[in-house]
Amino acid sequence: MQLVDQIEYGILSGVFPEESQVPSTAEISLHYGINPATSLKGINQLVDRGVLYKKRGMGIFVAPGAVELLTEKRKKDFYGAFIRKLVCEAKRLNLSQEEIVSMMDRGFKE
Amino acid sequence: MSGMDVEKVTKRFGNVNALRDVSVHFDPNKVYGLLGSNSAGKSTLLNVIAGRIFANEGAVRMDGVPVPENDSALRNIFLMSETNLYPGNMKIHRALKWTAKFYPDFDEAYANRLAAEFKIDPNKKIKSLSTGTRTIFKIIAALASNAAYLLLDEPTLGLDAENREIFYQAIIRKCTENPCTIIIATHLIEEASVIFDHVVIVKDGRIIRDESCEELLRKGREITGSASAVEQFIQDKTVLGVESFGGQKTAYCLGEFNSLSVPEGLRVSGMNLQKLFIRMVHSQEEGI
Repeated sequence: MQLVDQIEYGILSGVFPEESQVPSTAEISLHYGINPATSLKGINQLVDRGVLYKKRGMGIFVAPGAVELLTEKRKKDFYGAFIRKLVCEAKRLNLSQEEIVSMMDRGFKE
Repeated sequence: MSGMDVEKVTKRFGNVNALRDVSVHFDPNKVYGLLGSNSAGKSTLLNVIAGRIFANEGAVRMDGVPVPENDSALRNIFLMSETNLYPGNMKIHRALKWTAKFYPDFDEAYANRLAAEFKIDPNKKIKSLSTGTRTIFKIIAALASNAAYLLLDEPTLGLDAENREIFYQAIIRKCTENPCTIIIATHLIEEASVIFDHVVIVKDGRIIRDESCEELLRKGREITGSASAVEQFIQDKTVLGVESFGGQKTAYCLGEFNSLSVPEGLRVSGMNLQKLFIRMVHSQEEGI
């Protein structure tokens, strides 16, 4: 879900620091122009995963430890999201493993 | 509140079966997209629900109570349609006051706020309005009626991009601040899809799909690759259609997909609601 991605990105980039309040589902719906039920589902998904938490009568906040949680999750997804695709494309282009590794070295140096 | 039930409704106009044995349920406080090609039966269905025309067979019930000729039920239904029911000489602000007489929960302050948002002049006469402005006036009357069921038949007719945006925002705000059931019949499927909870697709007077919008979007997939690889992959899938482009094939499918089980060389991507709609309506198999 795009909304979930956006909020995760906001937390990782520091726009929504831990323990800070995130916009309400009504504000999110209006901002992204999406159905309130959809926003609520997205928020609840993040609450269920422990990324956000609800303070009764106050709103929704970024959970302490959310950055680490998201970082770990993204590390786990890294292989599927990037490496698998990279190897696929490399094979199509007949790039060898050595060539890829040397490109990686270059990437890390730049 | 149990919602609105259309039960086995058939409507004939002469020899034409506009609705054939249609049954569908509308939950309270959800936004429905009522989709269908021209003359599929969308407007007929909305007119039957609102009691403007009567079904030949079947029933319409609101919270279990039959709707036709039932004043208290009809006060809870507002149908915005192409038909203009207001005297042409009436000015907008008078027409809104008049609407309030039929809808006891009409919110005049809200109507004025909407008029300001859409930037329309309430002193204009209805007959002098352009198509787009007339649509705006009808939208305002519908939303401000505060009826529990808003049936909006082509609510974006003649609206420019900016006004359509204001309209979608107004719907979203209404859903959060003062929810009601909204059924929107529209041909602008893609841009309206973001506000739908649920989608009902009508074809030739029958309902061919009745599903949550999110579910539908999750299931719709477009698979592209070499003809043989695509054919192999879609063998056990529900295929809505296939297109060839040289040696490449694209299949449009519905179903559960595990992204890891996709063979190398095939590209799988999502389909937007408009594409899905077109594929489903064209697909020969009904009810898939």
